Amino acid sequence: MITEERVRYVAGLANLTLSDPEIHRMAADLSGILVHIDKLNEIDTEGVEPMAQVLFDNEETATLRADVERPSLSNADAVANAAMTSGGYFKVPKVIER
Amino acid sequence: MDVRSLTIDQIRAGLASKQFSAAEITTSALEFAQAENAKTNAYLHFCPERALASAAKIDELVAKGEPLPLLAGVPIGVKDVIVTKGVRTTCASKILEKYVPPYNATAVDRLEAAGGIILGKTNCDEFAMGSSNENSAFGPVRNPAALDRVPGGSSGGSAAVVAQGTAVVSLGSDTGGSIRQPASFCGVVGVTPTYGRVSRYGLVAFASSLDHIGPFSRNVADSATLLKAIAGRDPMDATSAFAPVPDYNATIGQSIKGLRLGLPKEYFVGMTSETADKVNKGIKLLESLGCAVQEVNLPHTEYAIATYYIICTAEVSSNLARFDGVRYTARSEKSDTLSAMYSNSRGENFGAEAKRRIMLGTYVLSHGYYEAYYIKAQKVRNLITKDFAAAFEKVDALISPVSPFPAFKLGEKVDDPVAMYLSDIYTITGDLAGIPCMSVPCGNTQDGLPIGMQILTKHFGEETMFRLAQAFETAGGFAG
Repeated sequence: MITEERVRYVAGLANLTLSDPEIHRMAADLSGILVHIDKLNEIDTEGVEPMAQVLFDNEETATLRADVERPSLSNADAVANAAMTSGGYFKVPKVIER
Repeated sequence: MDVRSLTIDQIRAGLASKQFSAAEITTSALEFAQAENAKTNAYLHFCPERALASAAKIDELVAKGEPLPLLAGVPIGVKDVIVTKGVRTTCASKILEKYVPPYNATAVDRLEAAGGIILGKTNCDEFAMGSSNENSAFGPVRNPAALDRVPGGSSGGSAAVVAQGTAVVSLGSDTGGSIRQPASFCGVVGVTPTYGRVSRYGLVAFASSLDHIGPFSRNVADSATLLKAIAGRDPMDATSAFAPVPDYNATIGQSIKGLRLGLPKEYFVGMTSETADKVNKGIKLLESLGCAVQEVNLPHTEYAIATYYIICTAEVSSNLARFDGVRYTARSEKSDTLSAMYSNSRGENFGAEAKRRIMLGTYVLSHGYYEAYYIKAQKVRNLITKDFAAAFEKVDALISPVSPFPAFKLGEKVDDPVAMYLSDIYTITGDLAGIPCMSVPCGNTQDGLPIGMQILTKHFGEETMFRLAQAFETAGGFAG
């Protein structure tokens, strides 16, 4: 079981605002899913390597390229989708109190 | 010319013999698609200017008598999680509602370089998370075969446009079955290639170690052609494969006699009787074409869903962290500090399933749980992958159902996330192992609901997969 208190803590880690009804529902949903997930404890995985990536069909350095300058996005393109910009920068609410 | 039934080859022949122009196909496809879209909500938006500009280039080639590229004049729908420069890409999420990408995905660049005509962007579950297309922020898609039913998900729109005839082929993405399951629900061909076969550059990341781009079509040969056009090494995706891309169409049509097929016994439980009946008839048909069938075991199958929902949500929580109200359009209006702005922008704009997966992923990665969940799941993923490797020592391909049941009714499973997750039971394993797999139609239920049969092969075994699927499609008369 996962408590509502735990849900609030994890939501904080995830930078995710949840309403009270959402927290209530989330605790129930996550608990249901975790019951299913706990099934993994049935398997002995002693000595099995964790697998982060499926396959890579070439040597490890194959993706490296020469360090040559390439055109990148213009400043205007890079900030074009931002909610708020100013002078070519992203604009955000105050971080530190004066 | 009827855009609902045209194939890639017929379009090329018609262009070469000047039966019609690319501009004519494009105009007629756009008009038809825009008129029909209200029935299914399969397209989120259209890009007529871009489509007509692509068509004009093809008509210039025809006028000069130059050779036509692979996808010349082919009307295509692209799932709205694949970025298109200058054309809105929303991921069916409020958080990207106004996002206009400054670049193209590699797959988009390649299909346009091959003469393909993008008509518009197709609807899907938000950030490709879902199995019914009901998680779209812009309304669900309806299944063209039965409008009160879901088209499957997450690539529901991409499957529906091909089934409805509002595109000839389309691109979708598959992380846990999101191409094959909607293909089976809508009665079209859907292909998940080997992991790394198609560059993920410009596919908005959901679960990076599981995400694939792949084709939908009304016949096997068209999927093979579309895959050939978009596959191959791309320096912009470090995980993209170096293996050369074969001419899949060259081996299609060769005999499948003597191919060894495995039936994973863990995949033949829990399905409806009509699904079992059609898939079993399909297997009999393959036997009659000279394939040798044997039962095989994939013993870790029962752990696949749990493994998947740990790995995929962990990657979700990381990949979706970038949507913070700073760089991508939507921002909460009611926040006076930076951290409140992050949290409120995300809380106000992500849908319920995206939130659920971010939360589960953050939980399994959080202090004290990382080893028990995430590392454990990665170990089991290794075991699942080894199951397949062992099976492919005995057989050339595996055959199974795609989904335990045909398309369900809109709203039927929306309140039960575990039931929804369990509907991906037969498709998730292929993504975890990164092997190529596809859905090919194998008949309809008595009520006319399509059923798909799944073919899985070893890594980079696409040629065998396509050859088998096309022989099956031809013998069974299943091409759309």
